[in-house]
Amino acid sequence: MQLGFYIPAVIAIISSILVITRVNAVHALLYLIVSLFSVAVVFFTLGSPFAAALEIIIYAGAIMVLFIFAVMLLNLGKEADVEEKRLLNFKLWIGPGILSLILLIQLFVILLSNNTSGIESQIITPKEVGISLFHKYLLGVELSGLLLMSGIVGAFYLGEKKKKSRHRFFQGENK
Amino acid sequence: MNQVTLEISLALAGVLFIIGLIGVMVRRNIIFMLMSIEIMLNASGLAFVAAGSKWMQADGQVMFIFILTMAAAEVSVGLALILKIYSRFKTLDADSLNRMKG
Repeated sequence: MQLGFYIPAVIAIISSILVITRVNAVHALLYLIVSLFSVAVVFFTLGSPFAAALEIIIYAGAIMVLFIFAVMLLNLGKEADVEEKRLLNFKLWIGPGILSLILLIQLFVILLSNNTSGIESQIITPKEVGISLFHKYLLGVELSGLLLMSGIVGAFYLGEKKKKSRHRFFQGENK
Repeated sequence: MNQVTLEISLALAGVLFIIGLIGVMVRRNIIFMLMSIEIMLNASGLAFVAAGSKWMQADGQVMFIFILTMAAAEVSVGLALILKIYSRFKTLDADSLNRMKG
């Protein structure tokens, strides 16, 4: 149980660091997929196989495909890499890095100040999750359905091409 | 038996969240900012799942499902916005978009 937790944890941290330091967007996406897979293994070791499956199916399967398609549609070439390298200078990392590390150290101090027992390796089955989801959290399910609907409508509206008006009377309106 | 504690899991979630936060603050490419936000959402989901398995309740995973739903909706709208921005400004640099000229 221990090695099954620590190895994917280290892989997740390393690949997440690689995601935010890559220049090429596709390389960063592939490292992000590795990071998501290792977090899925962490879920599995924590006794939540349903969350691990959802992580792989939805995050690594659906959301990453969406990202990759968007990057492919953008059609970025070699010059985008050069431009990105110019933007990514080392001095930018110092300020945010130090401030975030202070926050992280504070979090560690709070976490280490109280000792509790280990997590029991008891598996929470998908059945329990489903019962909880559709009894206690039914309103949440409906609200997330509403959110997904508005997401679809928003993405459709934003992705729509503006219609060109043929008549000269309407030419000025669509600018 | 030496087990994984809740503190270690929450520390892992915190480290991943901080990495995502640094990514959002440092990168200027909008795609990389969106990817860093994904890392942060994933880390918060990890915290929920760890707490849920500590107290042996299904609520943690239910919250993870809600976070997943939110991430999917956010990514679809965000990527549509990115495509729109790129077709209009021909760049993904967030600094060059500071004037939203309609």
